[in-house]
Amino acid sequence: MSNTPTLQKTIMTDSTRLKPLTTNAGTASEPSETAIAANHINIFYGAFKAIADVSMAVEARKITAIIGPSGCGKSTMLRAFNRMNDFVPTARVEGEILLHGQNLYAPGVDPVEVRRRVGMVFQKPNPFPKSIYDNIAWAARLNGYRGDMDKLVEESLRAAALWDEVKDKLKQSGLSLSGGQQQRLCIARTIAIRPEIILMDEPCSALDPIATIKIEELMQELKQRYTIIIVTHNMQQAARVSDRTAMMMLTEDGKRSGTLIEFDDTNVIFTRPKDKRTEDYVSGRFG
Amino acid sequence: MTQALSSLPVTDPQDRHVDWAARLRRKPRPVETVVQGLLFLCGAISILTTLGILLVLGNESLAFFTDPEVNVFEFFTGTHWQPQTGDFGVWPLVNATLMTSAIAMVVAMPLGIFAAIYLSEYAAPRAKAILKPTLEILAGIPTVVFGFFALTFITPLLRSIFGEDTVQIYNNASAGLVMGLMIVPLIASMSEDALSAVPRTLREGAYGLGATKLETTVQVVLPAALSGLVAAFIIGVSRAVGETMIVAIAAGATSQLTFNPFEAAETITGHIARISGGDLSYGSLDYTSLFALALTLFVITLGLNLVSRWLVNRFREQYD
Ligand SMILES: Nc1ncnc2c1ncn2[C@@H]1O[C@H](COP(=O)(O)OP(=O)(O)O)[C@@H](O)[C@H]1O
Ligand SMILES: [Mg+2]
Repeated sequence: MSNTPTLQKTIMTDSTRLKPLTTNAGTASEPSETAIAANHINIFYGAFKAIADVSMAVEARKITAIIGPSGCGKSTMLRAFNRMNDFVPTARVEGEILLHGQNLYAPGVDPVEVRRRVGMVFQKPNPFPKSIYDNIAWAARLNGYRGDMDKLVEESLRAAALWDEVKDKLKQSGLSLSGGQQQRLCIARTIAIRPEIILMDEPCSALDPIATIKIEELMQELKQRYTIIIVTHNMQQAARVSDRTAMMMLTEDGKRSGTLIEFDDTNVIFTRPKDKRTEDYVSGRFG
Repeated sequence: MTQALSSLPVTDPQDRHVDWAARLRRKPRPVETVVQGLLFLCGAISILTTLGILLVLGNESLAFFTDPEVNVFEFFTGTHWQPQTGDFGVWPLVNATLMTSAIAMVVAMPLGIFAAIYLSEYAAPRAKAILKPTLEILAGIPTVVFGFFALTFITPLLRSIFGEDTVQIYNNASAGLVMGLMIVPLIASMSEDALSAVPRTLREGAYGLGATKLETTVQVVLPAALSGLVAAFIIGVSRAVGETMIVAIAAGATSQLTFNPFEAAETITGHIARISGGDLSYGSLDYTSLFALALTLFVITLGLNLVSRWLVNRFREQYD
């Protein structure tokens, strides 16, 4: 098991190769590839319009942060990207989410297939009450993986920077880990299904600062291969980890729908935003 | 603002006339004391009742076991229960009790768990609004009605399927099947509670990995609810073992050691009900033997409860 090439090693080589491309990520001169795009998305909960007309093109192998005051629809928007809103009986989505030119909301699209391409990590770590090994193996098997499971488990755990901490206790319950480790297990589990896009809804909000830093470092590794969209209420985190930032806010038309007011490179959003509301928000003057 | 505040009554800390020792002293609060006492009494009653029952059971059983006509060893190993001829082997009764209970659980467990899965994972609110009250009505039907349902509907049905020569008029199969139906609502409601207690975040985790609904339900939700399902099973068995009316009516009044569910065989509870219904002279062997049987029943259910506690602790999943 030890002399097999691991995903982490692959990532290392990739990262050296990709370095010049990622250091000044998001400058206008670079050709950018769209991984997934929202096209005039409206989302309703019953009669309440939670999201009003959001369009955004998410660039491949970049980290896109969605920020904004609480209740402005960040989670709702994020969950539109892998059809998690399907589980809310009252929720209704209008508009298109395009993945490889395919509208994920077109009739005939299987949401289960969508979620295999667009994985999700949640706010509260939610490992299954199974062993660490099985948390990952289950996810992989679900997606039809029939290869060397030991190898995949190790690779996924290495890629999630968790291998060294758990390699001697793979048979222990995933619930026996600390919060930060649990969250990395959930990331490992998501990696094991080999998605293209990973959605993260405030993945660090239940974690202590050290665990948070670990996850943030991990995200930098992961973006070499995956497109990441992260919702965060933590301004510094958005500034630290993301390449692009989407600023959401409630509309002022009295309907209190969430909408996208600015979407740009992260350093633009944080240093010279075009919208006054963005400036107030990122400088903490919002409210 | 200051004016409003200054008009509030306050104790002047400088006031020398205030007797602070008296003011801070514990005051009698009779209502508190009485209510607390009453509440304690209510709790104590259940404990006292249990103890009282145990005392009577133990006492009379002791009288039974120490009777010169009774052989303790024979009681626990004997295969004949014939008080008239002095045969006190408990196995025919225990066997019938276990057989009817096993049949009942074979019916109740799958039906109950499937109903629970449907209710908790699949049912639309409207379907749920119909199914849940229906189950509650089923749970409220008196067992004597179930008994006659077994005797007048299920037994003839079994006889028409398997032949009148095979299926006796009184038989364990019919009683067990109906007992199973009776227990379905109990299993369903306990299992549904167990399934609903599985956090939504766990389901979302599975869906977020591309699991289908069935995969999520069977491979994530059910295992996570296992301790609750085990508890439901054990409570169901206890209910079946202790159930009296259905077996008294439909299972037969002949105590015999048989493994054929289509034959009549009296259960422990059925036997107790029948004998105590006749005229029984206080202190006779017939009389004390019933207490020995009741004690046996008590030990079986107690054992099941202990096993269930152990199982539930063993498989408990902590989520936080
Ligand atoms: N399941 C739901 N049913 C009804 N309303 C919801 C539901 N989830 C969220 N909402 C509403 O939609 C709005 C946006 O919520 P959310 O996307 O969770 O915001 P955020 O993640 O930015 O805090 C809020 O007003 C919230 O009350
Ligand atoms: Mg949110």
